[in-house]
Amino acid sequence: MSQLLSVKGVEKAFVGVKVLSGVDLEVGAGEIHALLGENGAGKSTLMKILCGVYSMDAGTIRIDGEEKHFSDYEAAVEAGIGIVFQEFSLIPHLTAVENIFLGREIYNGLGLLKRAEMRRHAMATLDRLKIDINLDVPIRHLSVAQQQFIEIAKALSLNARILILDEPTATLTPTEAEQLFAVMRELKRQGVGIIFISHHLDEIFEICDRITVLRDGNYVGTVDVAATDIDSLVEMMVGRRIAANFPPKPAINAARPVVLDVEEIQLERGGPVNAFSLREGEILGFAGLVGSGRTETALGVIGATRPHRCRLKVDGVARNFTNPADALECGIGLLPESRKEEGLITSFSVRDNVSINNLWKYTSHIFIDRAEEQRATIDVMGRVRMKAQGPQTQVATLSGGNQQKVVVARWLNHSVKILFFDEPTRGIDVGAKAEIYQIMRDMTKRGYSIVMISSELPEIVGMCDRVCVFREGKITQTLVGEAITPAEVMRYATAGEINAAA
Amino acid sequence: MQQPEGAASAATSPTMQSWSARSNAGIVHMVRHSVILFPLIGLIAVSLLMVFATDNFLSFTNIMNVLRQVSINAIIAIGMTFVILTGGIDLSVGSVLALASTVAAGLMVGGMPPAFALLLCLAIGLGFGVGNGMLVAYARMPAIIVTLATMGIARGLGLIYSGGYPISGMPFWVSWFGNGRIFDVPVPVIIMVVAYLVAWVVLERTPFGRYVYALGGNEHATRLSGVRVNRAKVIIFAISGLTTAVAAVVLTGRLMSGQPNAGVGFELDAIAAVVLGGTSIAGGRGSVVGTLIGAVLLGILNNGLNLMGIDPYVQTVIKGFIILLAIYIGRERR
Repeated sequence: MSQLLSVKGVEKAFVGVKVLSGVDLEVGAGEIHALLGENGAGKSTLMKILCGVYSMDAGTIRIDGEEKHFSDYEAAVEAGIGIVFQEFSLIPHLTAVENIFLGREIYNGLGLLKRAEMRRHAMATLDRLKIDINLDVPIRHLSVAQQQFIEIAKALSLNARILILDEPTATLTPTEAEQLFAVMRELKRQGVGIIFISHHLDEIFEICDRITVLRDGNYVGTVDVAATDIDSLVEMMVGRRIAANFPPKPAINAARPVVLDVEEIQLERGGPVNAFSLREGEILGFAGLVGSGRTETALGVIGATRPHRCRLKVDGVARNFTNPADALECGIGLLPESRKEEGLITSFSVRDNVSINNLWKYTSHIFIDRAEEQRATIDVMGRVRMKAQGPQTQVATLSGGNQQKVVVARWLNHSVKILFFDEPTRGIDVGAKAEIYQIMRDMTKRGYSIVMISSELPEIVGMCDRVCVFREGKITQTLVGEAITPAEVMRYATAGEINAAA
Repeated sequence: MQQPEGAASAATSPTMQSWSARSNAGIVHMVRHSVILFPLIGLIAVSLLMVFATDNFLSFTNIMNVLRQVSINAIIAIGMTFVILTGGIDLSVGSVLALASTVAAGLMVGGMPPAFALLLCLAIGLGFGVGNGMLVAYARMPAIIVTLATMGIARGLGLIYSGGYPISGMPFWVSWFGNGRIFDVPVPVIIMVVAYLVAWVVLERTPFGRYVYALGGNEHATRLSGVRVNRAKVIIFAISGLTTAVAAVVLTGRLMSGQPNAGVGFELDAIAAVVLGGTSIAGGRGSVVGTLIGAVLLGILNNGLNLMGIDPYVQTVIKGFIILLAIYIGRERR
């Protein structure tokens, strides 16, 4: 196996924060090399450096032993690197041929497209993949897997010798994933080097030759698949970090009443059926990989989306929510994943954001009592220790942590008892994180019950009294108390079936 | 409802005091950050121009004339402001105006007591508004398409009902709505002012008004926070239908007839007033005060250009350029 790509000592910092340090990666011709790590371990940053989107602060990239400097994406493509992102860059209304040749169409002297020739080239590339795709329909009519093959074909038609696949199986069914693996094996036979990013350890064991693990932007090591097992990989990924900055967990009291009992929720016809319950005063974690169905489940419960089937009880009474407003009336609220897109009304002031869903509290007859609204807003701003000039401050000017506190304050001011926190600390600094944790813990002491969706293992381990681990839409395990360890959570999140078989 | 343990002590902390002190920050700040600043400057500038360019611009009679002329557009523009604040649009207003006016005139001529006929006129506007709102909110169709379709439907219904001819011969007192005066102030102006006061109070002082802005600012976040977004949308379009129908009453009184071809292009005038008034076409920012200023600004331009004796064809070109200029100055300033 000849050395195709060699990356050494990559360093990268964003505004002073180190995100990659001393990272190595080597890929041989005809090798499928897995890149593994938690969310935020630096995989995406490394890939973006490899394809010229980011520049690196230090380090070398060699292809066939020759040092390369990628000033931009085109330079990387020129050097033989092809990447298929998670979000496809295909145009749904165009055919496969049109997509493959987008921006570099072949045309004749009159400026007219040479369609037959482009079609022939496209056919030849797809033949290389040993797959059969209808070239005459807009690709939106094709399956996700087929669209992915077109992305791969597009990269190959640009003479890519190193192909980066960023979580390609995340959106595929198991059968489709098998088709993808067949294509990958075919490319491997032809000497293409593939960097395969996946969180699914069983897939990695099935298809890959070697694995490089990153953790917190650091290079942990590279191992042969044949010489390792799931336990040592999980160990490499999560390390032996201890959870710091988390408020102490109170003793679990199993006698507390169940406030939310989701007896059955099935998001789509034929999809996995889940059940979970939430006790008064506890923090229940929803752990799992991005896209494992945690957010979708929460949105289904509060009626923001319409699940195929859902039976739930609030305080022992059966309810049916068709709308988040219904859930609110039963005392259930949700703090969405992306603050700016789904949480805040960025053109509003702090006060208007905080009071938007509880205006009735200050409304006598039909008018809002603005003095009362102001007073209440100042009160909750103090409770979440918000750093803002005042209630009239525009939320767009606040830091991420303070913006999150605005969203928290909205619900603190309300008579809700059950809150879903979706990624409550994403994109906020360490200090604000600790404050959010403290606020959540304080809330449970006052009788709130919380479901916390998080992709950050330390947070899940440090905060939760119980944890539901999701994998591919299904709750594979519910962990309680001492059983909540990074390794356990990671195991059920990435390798549910292997573990069950063991 | 649980009360915070730390609330009492927190309320006395220094930060709290500075927050409450700042909450009444000066009126200067308010005007400077207000969306009506530029429209107001524009209104003053154009008025000054007219004072110098014409003889009797500032006379009471002329001002009342201008206000009466703008009243119908200004009233329609109230509902349009609500709709545009949420990021929507209502193209059906001109046609609904004609339909409501024509049907009311027809019923009165046919012998129905005018009070009933005019109530029915309001009901027609409200009905079209509710229909538009339901289609936008529950059927999830784009407002521009829905109201383009209902624009055609309303226009057609008015023509079918009237056979294409104006309907006249209604009781004389209906003329009061268009031509009457109270203490020398034209009735349409009074109706307009009252309508604006009500709209301003609704937008500024009621929960529903807050929802209108919230919807335009971030509909998804508003829905997730538990506001009944679809219901609000229906009410918003209903308001547009209702203000259109109020304008139809004024128009009927003014013309003393129902004109099935009236109101062509009124939707564009109303949109122009809203946008000139500083309301963002993307929603979320704006005010009815701005819209009133915008409508009056348009009226003064009309009036002034007339007083200066400028060719009507040239006038429309000038107005087009002024709108472009105003939008350019007012675009995304933060």
